Amino acid sequence: MSAVTAPKRRFGGMYGGNARAIIERGFKATMTNNYLIILSGFFEPVFYLFSMGVGLGGIIGTIDLNGTEISYGAYIAPALLAVSAMNGAIYDSTWNVFFKLNFAKLYQTMLLTSLGPLDVAIGEITLALLRGGIYAVGFLTVMSIMGLALSPLAIFAIPVVILIAAGFASVGMAFTSYMKTFQQMDWLPLVMLPMFLFSATFYPISIYPEPIQVLVQCFPLWHGVELVRMFTTGVFTAAAWGHLAYFVVMLGTGVIVVARRLRSLFLR
Amino acid sequence: MSHSVIRAVNLTKKYDDFVAVDGISFEVARGESFGLLGPNGAGKSTTMKMIASVSTRTSGELTVLDLDPNVDGPAIRSQLGVVPQEDNLDGELRVRENLLTYGRFFGLSRAEAGKRADELLEFAQLSDRANSKVEPLSGGMKRRLTIARSLMNDPQMLLLDEPTTGLDPQARHILWDRLFRLKEQGTTLVLTTHYMDEAEQLSDRIVVVDKGQIMAEGSPAELIRTYSTREVLEVRYGSDKNVSVAALIADVGERQEVLPDRILIYSDNGEQDLAEITRRGHHPTTSLVRRSSLEDVFLRLTGRSLVE
Amino acid sequence: MTDVAQIRRDAAQTRRWGWWYVTELRLREMKAYISYVVTSSFGNPLMYLLGLGVGLANLIPDGIDGVPFLVFVGPALLMSTILTIGAEEGMYPVLGGFKWHKIFFAIHATTVTPGQIVGGFLVHLAIRFTFTAGVFYLMLVAFGAVPLGTGWLMIPISILGAFAILTPLAAYSAGIEDDRGQFALIQRLIVMPMFLFSGTFFPLSQVPDWLEWIGWVSPLWHASQLGRTVSYGLVEPLWLTLLRVAILAAYGVIGAILMRRAFVRRLTR
Repeated sequence: MSAVTAPKRRFGGMYGGNARAIIERGFKATMTNNYLIILSGFFEPVFYLFSMGVGLGGIIGTIDLNGTEISYGAYIAPALLAVSAMNGAIYDSTWNVFFKLNFAKLYQTMLLTSLGPLDVAIGEITLALLRGGIYAVGFLTVMSIMGLALSPLAIFAIPVVILIAAGFASVGMAFTSYMKTFQQMDWLPLVMLPMFLFSATFYPISIYPEPIQVLVQCFPLWHGVELVRMFTTGVFTAAAWGHLAYFVVMLGTGVIVVARRLRSLFLR
Repeated sequence: MSHSVIRAVNLTKKYDDFVAVDGISFEVARGESFGLLGPNGAGKSTTMKMIASVSTRTSGELTVLDLDPNVDGPAIRSQLGVVPQEDNLDGELRVRENLLTYGRFFGLSRAEAGKRADELLEFAQLSDRANSKVEPLSGGMKRRLTIARSLMNDPQMLLLDEPTTGLDPQARHILWDRLFRLKEQGTTLVLTTHYMDEAEQLSDRIVVVDKGQIMAEGSPAELIRTYSTREVLEVRYGSDKNVSVAALIADVGERQEVLPDRILIYSDNGEQDLAEITRRGHHPTTSLVRRSSLEDVFLRLTGRSLVE
Repeated sequence: MTDVAQIRRDAAQTRRWGWWYVTELRLREMKAYISYVVTSSFGNPLMYLLGLGVGLANLIPDGIDGVPFLVFVGPALLMSTILTIGAEEGMYPVLGGFKWHKIFFAIHATTVTPGQIVGGFLVHLAIRFTFTAGVFYLMLVAFGAVPLGTGWLMIPISILGAFAILTPLAAYSAGIEDDRGQFALIQRLIVMPMFLFSGTFFPLSQVPDWLEWIGWVSPLWHASQLGRTVSYGLVEPLWLTLLRVAILAAYGVIGAILMRRAFVRRLTR
């Protein structure tokens, strides 16, 4: 008799019920190789915060947020947190997935076992979100030390950031399932860069003409930035529900597309 | 429960317009050692992937251990060991960790996986490299590690895709020895290869595939008996003369194949034919009499060489 | 009969233009992603100018250094764009040429020397930088952000700055055996801080004193200040301007020497 018991049939053979084995592998690989790189990822938004918040903040001074004057540093810090959640999630769900799929052939190996594509997808996304969550805790700590977390509710920015990251990751993975070459990936920054620059990251979108404002509001990062900013500054508006709904819908849509595309992504 | 562990009927796989596997049917019995022989691009690897339920078939029927790969992928794979064509070892992990993690993918407990990993490192003669990184290992070592990894779940059936391609002769013999032991223990082996010596060494039964279709089926000896002669005489006259000489000696032996670099003459007595050719005054620059092999079977079936 | 002297003469003849063959090859390779290069050459400056220049200018109505914010930040944005490409080109493309697609070994199997491979690599990049910086410059002019006629000098300055960062990095990359994420570390812990603390968006004096040294060692700060001098007439003593040119040139020349040495070592061992 074989040493292994066959897993139950779940989701049409897509799921082996053992995503935690993927997470375990992720931890092991991190410990063996690149904990320094993971650690360095934390510094990126912190450097931005120092540079823009302190350097540019010294010139700009304060900014008006729905009637409350806050320092420029306190204005951009939550935006940088949302941006880093987006960048991390998109990197992990596009480049990383594409590389492990087509070059390192890591997923092929995983799929030779009793794991299914769904285990791989859940495991990898969980790892990405865990990493994102740890970065978020680190960044919030720095914000608090610099006195830029203005509200005790700032602590709830952590689950919010994870929701934002999950939304971007699910859409990123859906995108990757349609990708065939690395060259196609080159176009990603051309979508990410304008989102980063124009989504109320460095200044309120009220400076734009009306049509541009509407356009910016269509993109997910703006909702993420606004939402995180509410939690760290404590200046809430009813729009919070809209932003939350945006990410719930985004996550749901992404997950449905990914689930449908799993076969074409992993079982070619 | 049926007698066969794999049953394929009209199995087909298309990638866009390209037909990789074109309606093949075969069965593999429990404990059997089964070989798919064919040149590169014949559809062997694609067939293997469908059996391993990591590629979705386009049409036809396929059952593995009485299960349908399309709905029971994880369950089928829990009973399979797969050695892919390329050693896709996990470069981010060390040698022993590769085995451990793989065992965990099958849901083995840590203790069980550890015990099994140590046994298999022994089996693969890699115990002294347990904590080494993967990249510096030699080709033969990587291959043995990949095979050890495929045995972590103590599989009922082992799928080997080109197990010794790219290895030096010594490393190949070590590998064949390990695989032969598994066969003796009753593990079902399914392997693809484009080396006839490998197919002859390891398989009880072979199907010859070309362009996604099955050309012939049988044991190595049967195939040679059916599609070739006992002996083959190879003569060379230089690339510009082979064709013209071939016409003059066409009546010698049972059958003749003219290749760019040499003429093959099929018969039951090669020495006698060589004497006849020489008697007619066509002295070859080199000549060789050998036994027929699966290479000749393939040439007969498709008009092409196996290794191009 | 072949004679040795004739073979040598022929090789020398072929070899004279070796660096140009390398340039040609790299330009040809670039065709594969030319649409990306062109799109990003136009897209990136536009995005940065609108996003960080025009947008941020709203928050800084008084401008900086006596000029509007866009005029102040324009040269630095141009420099940081070109220097970023320079840093990128000094990392994966160099290691890849040795480790993955091994193109440098293929070229070296001909009559071309390691020095010419380095030369051709740099000439190709100079052409690419000229194009991208040229587009950026024209865009700055279109935004009315270049008051002086000497503004076009930003193009050669950006190439000088890009080489200052590219060549030392390339020398390092050529010596790497295993890719263990060194580039991610360099990107995050050296390149990125250099860009953020080099007086790009604000004068270096805004940075806390204990961080000002980053600007002094950073090619980006020197390139940006030179760019400001030729673009809107930033007032600096002549010796300082000359010192900046000298620092950039020193980085580039020493880097190129080290790079050539690293290429020779890797190609001939």
